[in-house]
Amino acid sequence: MEDNGWIWACDRSIASEMAGGRQILDELLARLIAEGWSRRDRFAIHLAVEEALVNAIRHGNRLDPGKRVQISCRLSDELVKVEIVDEGPGFDACRIPDPTTDERLEMPGGRGLALMKAFMSQVEFSRCGRRVTLVKHRNRAECREPSAES
Amino acid sequence: MAEFRRLDVREVGDVTVVRFRDNKIIEDINIQELGQELFQLVETENRKKLLLNFSTVDFLSSAALGKLITLDKKVRAAAGTLKLSNIRAEIYEVFTITKLNRLFDIKADEADALAAF
Repeated sequence: MEDNGWIWACDRSIASEMAGGRQILDELLARLIAEGWSRRDRFAIHLAVEEALVNAIRHGNRLDPGKRVQISCRLSDELVKVEIVDEGPGFDACRIPDPTTDERLEMPGGRGLALMKAFMSQVEFSRCGRRVTLVKHRNRAECREPSAES
Repeated sequence: MAEFRRLDVREVGDVTVVRFRDNKIIEDINIQELGQELFQLVETENRKKLLLNFSTVDFLSSAALGKLITLDKKVRAAAGTLKLSNIRAEIYEVFTITKLNRLFDIKADEADALAAF
């Protein structure tokens, strides 16, 4: 990633299991708390990265132990950028159906992408859907919480 | 009453009030177990009026929503009633983004929900 005044960076290659991804996510969330990001922003980033990890590990790599997931996180005073790359067959994000239609409202799955787009400032897919880039701009209008809850 | 690992279950009149023991409903294995325990309330214990109180829940993923949708179908199939309450703002936003606030009957707090059964 380009230099954008990052104050924290993390680049890891993990196995196709959620534990490795969640460890990085926990590190990112701890940094966001330390830097005073709002609870709402932290929730948004947590949810979007969690859903993107599930997509990469479960739907992309299909939990194949022979495949890896590359995760890059960058944090500046004003934004978070997370890139997640899997080794799966890829997919066309434009062909994922809208989960909020009457026909799909009661389907048990298929909401991850919609939640990522709603909670993040920017969601881009590249490399035929094998790479997702999530960007969240900090919302400073919200008050910092007095307590440092997790 | 059965023992539950993921749920705290109590009776208020004829309503079964459920709270979640995990404040983050996120791990796949926990979500599977949570789903089984919720389904057990309907399918094995024949609870007809269920209230899910989310006051302990700080975070949930879309996988957890899938379990709630399946639970709702099971409750309706059993001619029962399901209500949700005490959902914090960020999680309520998840319900509005996915339009699941149209599917579920969501009340502000437990008293409101109990009064609406």
